[in-house]
Amino acid sequence: MSASAWAAFVVACSLGAVARYLVDGGLQGRVAQRFPWGIWVVNVSGSLLLGILVGLNQHSHLAGVPLTIAGTGFCGAYTTFSTLAVQTVELAEDGRASKAALNALGSLTAGLVAGAAGLWLGGHS
Amino acid sequence: MTYPPNPDSHPSPDRGPAVLAAIAAGGALGGLCRYGVAQALPPGGDGFPWATFWTNVSGSLLLGLVVVLAVRRFPESRWMRPFLATGVLGAYTTFSTLVVETDLLAAHGYDSTAALYAASSLVAGLAAAWTGLMLGRILWPECSER
Repeated sequence: MSASAWAAFVVACSLGAVARYLVDGGLQGRVAQRFPWGIWVVNVSGSLLLGILVGLNQHSHLAGVPLTIAGTGFCGAYTTFSTLAVQTVELAEDGRASKAALNALGSLTAGLVAGAAGLWLGGHS
Repeated sequence: MTYPPNPDSHPSPDRGPAVLAAIAAGGALGGLCRYGVAQALPPGGDGFPWATFWTNVSGSLLLGLVVVLAVRRFPESRWMRPFLATGVLGAYTTFSTLVVETDLLAAHGYDSTAALYAASSLVAGLAAAWTGLMLGRILWPECSER
């Protein structure tokens, strides 16, 4: 990647992380605190967006470097796996087994559906 | 621990410029590390995305450690969680790449690899997060909590 592409990648990662913080904080303040809906919504929405970007790329509307910046950079940093894992373990330790299962399996299922929907949307546009 | 002791959300999140700058700096570092791992670890012969797998497992272990470290050693720190947890480890690990890679494996007929990848990422990631929390509680015992 060129110097400007690297700069754009770094900025995209920063924006993704800040967007996650703001969306999570904004949502988590509005809903019940007993379930981590903020990260749930971040992960599912980011999966839809990455699916769309990759779907577009399959028809070469968006070539390698832009996909690296927007997909790997922004979507990769916006969504997170480590927080999902730690929050799930904390729910389980707190005796909320069904919420832990819903968090882990629900995120994964909804993320897979959102990603597939994004791939379809991107591939058909 | 009272809920939510999670690394990312707070009932009233601090949106000050210093916190957002710490998250942005951490996010840049985490994203670059993830990119580096992706360059270093090629997919397996069956298309198994080892780079994302190891990124997510190692990041979950580290986040477990950081969560305990932040609560028990640096409860007053304003930058530790934003920089290390939300920024570096939040951006280092990724959920969207995991699910889209799984979708693509399934779409190209690698159904068993897709199922194995998604299931093993979840199981290993949860085990890693649990290990990190346990290790953190051993390294930084409760009695030191103020």
